[in-house]
Amino acid sequence: MSMNPKSCVEIKQEWDIVKARQLGRERAREIGFGTVDQARLATAISELARNIYLYADRGKICFEITDEMDRKGLCVFSLDTGPGIQNISRVMEDGYSTSGGLGAGLPGVKRLVDQFDIQSEEGEGTEIRVMKWLR
Amino acid sequence: MRIPILKLHDYLLISIQTEIDDNTAIQFQEDLLDKIHQTGSTGVVIDLTSVEIIDSFIAKVLGDVVTMSDLMGAKVVLTGIQPAVAVTLIDLGVHLKDVPTALDLEQGLIKLHQELGE
Repeated sequence: MSMNPKSCVEIKQEWDIVKARQLGRERAREIGFGTVDQARLATAISELARNIYLYADRGKICFEITDEMDRKGLCVFSLDTGPGIQNISRVMEDGYSTSGGLGAGLPGVKRLVDQFDIQSEEGEGTEIRVMKWLR
Repeated sequence: MRIPILKLHDYLLISIQTEIDDNTAIQFQEDLLDKIHQTGSTGVVIDLTSVEIIDSFIAKVLGDVVTMSDLMGAKVVLTGIQPAVAVTLIDLGVHLKDVPTALDLEQGLIKLHQELGE
């Protein structure tokens, strides 16, 4: 398995949300994803980056292209040092959003990708890893 | 960055050609309501043909602007939503119910004519 070095976009201001999803779309295009999957990845990244911007104040979105013998994919990491999520199973419920209706939230992101992992510790931060494989 | 709003008789036409960030979306919402107020327009077409991504925030702003314009007495039709954007919105769980849509600008104008009974 070979992995490209990670490239990251720091999320500090609102425009960084756009930067992150543009870079993600570029990576997706390079790997060979079609327009629908490019849009899925860009949208998932936009949601993750906005979560960082709204709740964590700062963090980053990182990309890693996975190129294995039999399959290729894009892995997106959302890393922040924000307040963390108290109840992960609750934020993974559809319709639950702490920002009062802003954002479809994490269940939406999960549906846009093939794999979704989340780790969070109160007061430490949140790490989300999503993966989409090239079909 | 401002999204240009064009006036055509009783209608306002908007073609979104740039990548929309949150501030641009909010600014557009305000600009459109101001323009409806100033011009007394009864119909609005927002063309999204060049928009490659609509995330939940932009979808909310667009849905809200339709409702807000309706409160002011102007009908809004969204046109040209790309296949990839439609798929992504449904995956996200955003259904934009009660938002009038049409395939393209031409169909959008026809829809406005019908809705406004002109």
